[in-house]
Amino acid sequence: MAEKPVRVLVGKVGLDGHDRGAKVVAQALRDAGMEVIYTGLRQTPEQIVETALQEDVQVIGLSILSGAHMQLLPPVLEMLREQESHDIIVIVGGIIPKEDMVYLKENGVAEVFSPGSSTGQIVQFIKQKMEENK
Amino acid sequence: MSDQSNYDELMRSKKAWEEKVNKALQKYPERKEFKLDSGLEVEKVYDPLAVDDFNYRSQLNWPGEYPYTRGIQPTMYRGRLWTMRQYAGFGSAEETNRRFRYLLDQGQTGLSVAFDLPTQIGYDSDHPLARGEVGKVGVAVDSLADMEILMKEIPLDQVSTSMTINAPAAVLLAMYMTVSEKQGLPLEQIKGTIQNDILKEYVARGTYIFPPRESMRLVIDIFAFAGEKIPNWNTISISGYHIREAGSTAVQEVAFTLGNAVAYVEAAMEAGLEVDQFAPRLSFFFNAHSNFFEEVAKFRAARRVWARLMKERFGARNPRSMMLRFHTQTAGSTLTAQQPDVNLMRVAFQALSAVLGGTQSLHTNSRDEALALPSEQSVLLALRTQQVIAHEIGVTDTADPLGGSYYIEKLTDHIEEEVNRYIKKIDELGGAVEAIDTGFIQQEIQASAYRYQKEVEEQKRIVVGVNRFTESEEQPIDLLKMDPATSRRQIERLKEVRLSRNQGEVASALQELRKAAQGEENLMPFILAAVKAYATLGEICGALRDVFGEYQQQVNL
Repeated sequence: MAEKPVRVLVGKVGLDGHDRGAKVVAQALRDAGMEVIYTGLRQTPEQIVETALQEDVQVIGLSILSGAHMQLLPPVLEMLREQESHDIIVIVGGIIPKEDMVYLKENGVAEVFSPGSSTGQIVQFIKQKMEENK
Repeated sequence: MSDQSNYDELMRSKKAWEEKVNKALQKYPERKEFKLDSGLEVEKVYDPLAVDDFNYRSQLNWPGEYPYTRGIQPTMYRGRLWTMRQYAGFGSAEETNRRFRYLLDQGQTGLSVAFDLPTQIGYDSDHPLARGEVGKVGVAVDSLADMEILMKEIPLDQVSTSMTINAPAAVLLAMYMTVSEKQGLPLEQIKGTIQNDILKEYVARGTYIFPPRESMRLVIDIFAFAGEKIPNWNTISISGYHIREAGSTAVQEVAFTLGNAVAYVEAAMEAGLEVDQFAPRLSFFFNAHSNFFEEVAKFRAARRVWARLMKERFGARNPRSMMLRFHTQTAGSTLTAQQPDVNLMRVAFQALSAVLGGTQSLHTNSRDEALALPSEQSVLLALRTQQVIAHEIGVTDTADPLGGSYYIEKLTDHIEEEVNRYIKKIDELGGAVEAIDTGFIQQEIQASAYRYQKEVEEQKRIVVGVNRFTESEEQPIDLLKMDPATSRRQIERLKEVRLSRNQGEVASALQELRKAAQGEENLMPFILAAVKAYATLGEICGALRDVFGEYQQQVNL
């Protein structure tokens, strides 16, 4: 039996309008055989979690380049914990300074992809995580 | 020798040369395919045949003469250099005011205000959606009180100010006008630009508020109002910059920008404005990307296409209506987080292409912008880059120094043709608003962005430090740290403003605005009245949201 494709939510959290990266990643994940739910712009942390649960995704990919990541990402992680959905893998793309990266990874973000990361790396990372979680 | 025999001789020698080259190629093949960002295959060499049917007067003409291919001023930079204008703004109005005064002290000649996202989307700093965003990508401006601090001790009669503000442009313009009046300046004297280009927000930048039709009304209200009251103000900066940053090619950047420009001109004319009344105040904003010659040709082609559109299609008679004046910023998306000092070189070459392309003003990006907002030291280096180009390397000594290069002229012709093809396509779709509505423009940009990324990942496109010449250890550099207390202080000030004003006056100004928005009057006077009563940005945009509704983005991946 064919394996069920991985379901990924790709979202823009906050008011940031830079969606080139998010759309390129969404398209690349789809080309790699995953099912992608793309939220569009201006999602609140609450909306992200709600959509993720509704759509029953295994991975949440959040893109943020406005510098508001320390205010907008922790609520997502916290709500996932409250919903006992911490098995959902959260990955982040954007301009995230080193010390914030460390904090986010200690608090539940699986990986942060900085500018210059390839979509190949992201696909690889998700596949590997899915393998580990089997 | 006659022209014919010259030509025959050229053809003969070219053929002989090509045979030689083909032999050499069998032994030493070329490194790769050579292509422009826009897809055109680049030839081995360009020769007089490339510009065979070339007519100097109609294609180029003299600098300052229609169709302005060689620049819009007769003397170009021999007379006056471009305006060095670094986009800046972060945190509070006080901090940004300090950065402005620092930049002016360092020889910068114009201001460019970056607003934070809540301001750009018409939310006050204490709105729930403003969480985490206050003062981040720009300065927070909630009311006239913030604008007063932002422009404190800056002589507004001596600097020109550019404001990157779109959906709520009318409100911020009203604030700036009010501050100028308070400084005792006659409004006819103030100089500057508001971006006010809502169409590209829907396709590339994302800070829209209202639906397209209502937004277009606000844009045109500003054209009409500013034309009378602030004749030295650029009422719009029609922007390809963000379209390019979103992933478009050079051709698409110009095509979609001019496509949007056509939509604004048509809307203004439909509203009863005379073309030569508003068109001289239209300005443009382009991206300086990495393919050097393609970029130079792009700027030249954009000028020519615009001049011809305005004259032939819209019947403009005032030469100023036909002149494409533009600001340029180097391409933020080409900056790398890896080996950030290398970005200095990227920025320098990109900036040089803008100068050789005849820009009127220029922002050079800072080396650390793929990591954080730029530090003061990085901004200074970026400004110094412009000063080196202006004063040390001789490229400002003559107008359009690359004009007449076979390659540049061929590329300019090519880009012009391709741009016109796209503009025709947009016309067929019913104009830019319609082409945005159906998602045509977004899909074109998205396809290019994806192709670009694939080329990088397949190493067809080399990015130094990213997919070649990488280093495993990165050198740390000092980054700008944001003050975490900014947001709290901003919200406190906002509350003070709300408490200290005349509430009756605010309520009635907002009510008048709502009523006017339901009708057809020009909204600027109503917005000015609300601003002067210290109504907040969120309240003013809220009143308009009540009447206009909000735009809902459609995404087709």
